[in-house]
Amino acid sequence: MHKESEIRDPLILGNKTYHDISKDIARPVEGKANKYWWILFSLSLGLFIWGVLCMAYTIGTGIGAWGLNKTVNWAWDITNFVWWIGIGHAGTLISAVLLLFRQKWRMSINRSAEAMTIFGVAQAALFPLIHMGRPWLAYYVFPIPNQFGSLWVNFNSPLLWDVFAISTYFSVSVVFWYIGLIPDFAMIRDRMSATVSPMKKKLYAFLSFGWSGKAKHWQRFEEVSLVLAGLATPLVFSVHSIVSMDFATSIVPGWHTTIFPPYFVLGALFSGFAMVETLLIIMRKVVSLEAYITIKHIEYMNVIILLTGSLVGSAYITELFMSWYSGVEFEQYAFLNRATGPYWWAYVIMMTCNVLIPQLYWFKSLRTSFVATFVLSIFINIGMWFERFVIIVTSLHRDYLPSAWSMFSPTFIDIGIFLGTIGFFFVLFLLYARTFPVIAQAELKSILKSSGSEYKNKK
Amino acid sequence: MSKNTLYGIFDCELVLLAAVKEIRANNIEIKEVYSPFPVHGLDKALGLKETRMGITAFIYGCIGLSLGALMIYNIMIVDWAQNIGGKPSFTFYHNMPAFVPIMFECTVLFAAHLMSITYLIRCGLFPGGESDSPDVRTTDDKFLMEIEVEGNVADVKAMLAKNGATEINEKDA
Repeated sequence: MHKESEIRDPLILGNKTYHDISKDIARPVEGKANKYWWILFSLSLGLFIWGVLCMAYTIGTGIGAWGLNKTVNWAWDITNFVWWIGIGHAGTLISAVLLLFRQKWRMSINRSAEAMTIFGVAQAALFPLIHMGRPWLAYYVFPIPNQFGSLWVNFNSPLLWDVFAISTYFSVSVVFWYIGLIPDFAMIRDRMSATVSPMKKKLYAFLSFGWSGKAKHWQRFEEVSLVLAGLATPLVFSVHSIVSMDFATSIVPGWHTTIFPPYFVLGALFSGFAMVETLLIIMRKVVSLEAYITIKHIEYMNVIILLTGSLVGSAYITELFMSWYSGVEFEQYAFLNRATGPYWWAYVIMMTCNVLIPQLYWFKSLRTSFVATFVLSIFINIGMWFERFVIIVTSLHRDYLPSAWSMFSPTFIDIGIFLGTIGFFFVLFLLYARTFPVIAQAELKSILKSSGSEYKNKK
Repeated sequence: MSKNTLYGIFDCELVLLAAVKEIRANNIEIKEVYSPFPVHGLDKALGLKETRMGITAFIYGCIGLSLGALMIYNIMIVDWAQNIGGKPSFTFYHNMPAFVPIMFECTVLFAAHLMSITYLIRCGLFPGGESDSPDVRTTDDKFLMEIEVEGNVADVKAMLAKNGATEINEKDA
């Protein structure tokens, strides 16, 4: 049994029993969706369909449908890609890194954070796929024996590292998620009546792989979770480091920076936690999980946001300093132009949302407020999108020759595809919230007697 | 002599843990314990051996690393060496720093997937598998201890009751 300091706040509120936990987690699966769920789902589905049409148009006519030009030849596509990949990172951090550090507060939120990771990475993967122009040839990026005269992929290229990093990240995240889901699907299976909902019971029986909760199985389960966490931890750092190398190994001023890997990883965690907060604050209300996702969980996440936000801020300042200190005119111009050039407004949004806004979390009243956290998390989501936009577009739009200078403006197709991925993400997340056990209930039960409020008060 | 199976049902993991120790100390063999969540210390109390899942992960990781290195060596050095930006391309050793990321990814890919598959196979878990738990409440809030008794059923029943079982069921073999 876990031992825990008595001065720590409880992680499960109310006088819950094991059975209450099962009931609360199974309720969204067993019940009917409410009005708000249908409204949100219809909106998301609409956006998703619109996005699919825009993607189809792009594939039909070519990348010329986007606002790209010869100078700015990478813009929203890669911005959205990096943004979605970054969002994914918080899920793995919560489920893997916090498991290694034995942080029990992760148990109420890891399932949903991992779902967010998987859905986020799926959105990210769409962008390179569409940008290929001929997505049916996507298998070219894998080292598959072929008949084109030994046309192999280049293992020196960060773009290929990315293919491996993201595919590994995605598939390992899915496996980690599913291993944890098996006992929870079994709980739902065992609650369902074979006469009232036979199809549903069959479905959950299928998904739960015949789990019965034997002592030996639990012992293996714990070891497998621990080893998967140990494997996923370096993986999460490698993924965004490699994403940053897509830029850092080029010689474009503004991209050619050695601090990119840690700076991108921190930015990813920062934006990922903001998205987890956005989702969980809505979800705890919509599926009534207030007793499990408490203000304490939100506060812990806000502390991580404050830390990573400050580190991202210092990375921005380090970049500015290094460009000045380098004495390289192109570098200096690139950074000066970012802040004072035609895209100054994007720079201001980025600085405000990512550097100034998280500093508000020094105030305990804001850090422990659901409303403030929700609003600030939206700002951070926006700010982190603009960070990628600033890095990508402002570095490209002033080419070496002034005759090649240009600006970027997105077409409605660009915007449509981005909105479409947001819609797709929410479609997946909303379906997940109705069909999956959204909290790792088996793990949560194991801390009820050390972190439940009823048991804490008894001591 | 007929074999009877006894199911002792417990409400609390602490009571269960103490009962497991007590019953085993009395030389009664516990066949299986079903629980809704991992109870820490239960494996030791039951005398289960340590799991070797971690070792399998290490072995699979080594296989992944070797296969990844072999694949890159074959493609980049043997089959079609290319001069890419003047980078050394004729020996694996000189070009290896650029290959580290993918060798790492291959290690993780193999270790994570093959260990998970091993885990599922060793536990007999597969899509559509049937649960063999004698009581559906064991995934909800009850802990179940299964004891096979030859002969003196009443003694074992008394032992279970004394150690805090809230319910004792019997199944004739």
